[in-house]
Amino acid sequence: MDGTTPTPDTWTVAGRTFTSRLIVGTGKYKDLEETAAAIAASGAEMVTVAVRRVNLSDPGAPMLQDFVDPKKYTYLPNTAGCHTARDAVRTLRLAREAGGWNLVKLEVLGPPPHLYPDMQATFEAADALIKDGFEVMVYCADDPIAAKRLEEMGCVAIMPLGAPIGSGLGIQNPAMLSMMIEQAKVPLLVDAGVGTASDAAIGMELGCTAVLLNSAIAHARDPILMAKAMKHAVEAGRLAYLAGRMPRRMGADPSSPLAGLIR
Amino acid sequence: MSDSVTLTVNGEPRIFAAPLTVAGLLAAIGLDTRKVAVERNEEIVARSRYGETLLGSGDQLEIVHFIGGG
Repeated sequence: MDGTTPTPDTWTVAGRTFTSRLIVGTGKYKDLEETAAAIAASGAEMVTVAVRRVNLSDPGAPMLQDFVDPKKYTYLPNTAGCHTARDAVRTLRLAREAGGWNLVKLEVLGPPPHLYPDMQATFEAADALIKDGFEVMVYCADDPIAAKRLEEMGCVAIMPLGAPIGSGLGIQNPAMLSMMIEQAKVPLLVDAGVGTASDAAIGMELGCTAVLLNSAIAHARDPILMAKAMKHAVEAGRLAYLAGRMPRRMGADPSSPLAGLIR
Repeated sequence: MSDSVTLTVNGEPRIFAAPLTVAGLLAAIGLDTRKVAVERNEEIVARSRYGETLLGSGDQLEIVHFIGGG
């Protein structure tokens, strides 16, 4: 590459190809208008959504689909709030019927305050879902052995946390994520923990395929501006990864030549 | 009473006139069938079968849709 002919930098999961490397959640916004505006500003092409009971007393209430068009964005139904494999599988079967999508995000969580991935239950649910024809993007611990196992079972993307869900603590485990990226043969996304734009950039610089986040945008003072910041951060991090960072050195190295100094 | 069915819909007891299909239930509640999914006694009801699936007293229904989530 000479830098003058741009080559498309896309990524593919379960046969679907995306240009944006930012996946955003649709939760925690003030209203559906703000949700739609933030997603548009983020440039995301895939959005996570939750499955919940309809409100029987208000059946005509506006629905997410009216604001975030499933024909324009790839909906990735999640299993947020599920603490058992059974609940997660049941939820995604309903999601498949509601939307007709096989591509799903599996997450089976432990209790608060950490909501750490329950890997035993995650394995059980992944196994049942894959056998039932789902394409599973899986939220998981930053555990390279668990990640390898999920990949071998047939999960289409591995999505370890960078920090607890909704904590905004940033990527706490760059070394472990690097090792997991190194071994992954399917897309590896950092999911959870991003707090601000630099965190997303760090994830991409490490070599993640994409970044998934929600609270960092929805809970920013100005969510639409932060959505734009995240778009640029993910692009900057990706470019830096492709460019290859300079080696770290334990001392100074002047940028200006020493030759020709006046005497 | 043979002319009514008592269901549990999303955890709430509800009484409807019989006979009642899933399509009839959704219409009675006022929901757009294209935006929801229905589970009857923990089994998915395919959208194509809403019109022919008769509900009986004691059935447990879950009616869900997509909402914002992370």
